[in-house]
Amino acid sequence: MATQPVQAIHVQGLEKSYKKVQALRGVDFDVERGSIFALLGSNGAGKTTVVRILSTLLKSDAGRASVNGFDVATQSADVRGSISLTGQFAAVDEILSGRENLVLIAHLRHLTDPGTIADDLLDRFSLTDAAARRVSTYSGGMRRRLDIAMSLVGNPQVIFLDEPTTGLDPEARIEVWQAVKKLAAHGTTVLLTTHYLDEAEQLADRIAILRGGRIVVNGTLLELKQMLPPAKVEYVEKQPTLEDVFLAIVGNDHQDGDGGHDHNAGTNE
Amino acid sequence: MTKHFFADTAYLTGRSLRHITRSVDTIITTTIMPIAFMLLFVYVFGGAIKPGSHSYVNYLLPGILLITIASGISYTAFRLFLDLQSGIFERFQSMPIARSSVLWAHVLTSLVANLISLVVVVLVALLIGFRSGAGALSWLAVAGILIVFTLALTWIAVIPGLSAKSVDGASAFSYPLIFLPLVSSAFVPTDTMPGPVRAFAEYQPVTSIVNTIRDLYTQQPAGTDIWIALAWCVGILIVAYGFAMVIYRRKIS
Repeated sequence: MATQPVQAIHVQGLEKSYKKVQALRGVDFDVERGSIFALLGSNGAGKTTVVRILSTLLKSDAGRASVNGFDVATQSADVRGSISLTGQFAAVDEILSGRENLVLIAHLRHLTDPGTIADDLLDRFSLTDAAARRVSTYSGGMRRRLDIAMSLVGNPQVIFLDEPTTGLDPEARIEVWQAVKKLAAHGTTVLLTTHYLDEAEQLADRIAILRGGRIVVNGTLLELKQMLPPAKVEYVEKQPTLEDVFLAIVGNDHQDGDGGHDHNAGTNE
Repeated sequence: MTKHFFADTAYLTGRSLRHITRSVDTIITTTIMPIAFMLLFVYVFGGAIKPGSHSYVNYLLPGILLITIASGISYTAFRLFLDLQSGIFERFQSMPIARSSVLWAHVLTSLVANLISLVVVVLVALLIGFRSGAGALSWLAVAGILIVFTLALTWIAVIPGLSAKSVDGASAFSYPLIFLPLVSSAFVPTDTMPGPVRAFAEYQPVTSIVNTIRDLYTQQPAGTDIWIALAWCVGILIVAYGFAMVIYRRKIS
């Protein structure tokens, strides 16, 4: 395409009903290229429905949506060529090894030299040591990292992460967050859904809150904070949160940035 | 995207075949029941049944082969169901691949797995005294009928594989298929059965398929049975394929 559209994702008036339940009642939002956009909402708010429509797994009843400039309804094959979906549950092949999973995806994306691509990603996600092991022996965090690594095969321009940290322990969560931050640093557009407020706060450039099938708020973290009553200055003794305590006890080398440590306790039985 | 159909199907078939080679137990559990049936009928009931002049192993092998396929395809439904449940099916569907490759890979895998099981069962039959003087052409015809029958049952298996709500639901559908050969000419001649049962036995698909396979390897003229058998197999194949495709389209739209 001659002119790249500024918006990686454009959604307008999206509606979807399942039998009698109206999941989406007119959803509008845009996601800028290379940014992380968080769709925040409680369970059943319609987050997954949005992701499924954008990844061409579901057709909307009304409204239109485009990803990377392609219409999801009429140019779905082009959309699939531009995206990667990481669903709610790590979609990995348990019986294959981590490396075989990556090689398979590289083959299916018709890339040359799948082996090198797989090795690079294994290295990037600190899975080299576990590369030859069956995925069924992986911990939850490793599985999720492999899942995200599989989504990066072929460098898709837009990545959908549907509740990437649901069900993970705090350490694995931090691992995933680091992986997502690295993605955006590489220029990939990320749309992530979550019901964890701190996750959106940690990762997203823009946050939209989905409630009852509509976007009720959409803005940067700063804008969202300004919508609340002005901050009051209070002096409170800072108690460590349980997360601080947990991470202090189990050791949190994960926050030193390179993510190069394999801290999947539980796998080294 | 259809230009990659064959390459995509080949890679995905390679993937699910690896599932089979890494869990050989599925081949064992698939063949163990038909082999147990065969031993039971030959060594326990066989002496009392005496269906004609041939040895009883020769008589009952076709029915055993059909039972093998019927028990084998429950794994096809099982594997497909697991792919759907694990989300890897959706991952494939959201990728720039020929979408129908995902189903075809399961179908081809089912065919290969069932052929392996059939070979195992025939080898056991040879061990316990199965003999045939039939030529290569007859055996090719037997293989052809078994392949069409496997494809027909595989497409039936795709239906619960795509639509089941639980693992049990995905594989339980095959039980009636496993028992269908018992009410046919597979183990005893149908003329000893009482009226309605006999009518059912004679007009259900298994009897014509069993008779055809038996005629082929005992070098008897197969007559019209072969056409009835093929018509059943192809008919079931088309209907099951149609239903499976409707469910599949509903799943991906």
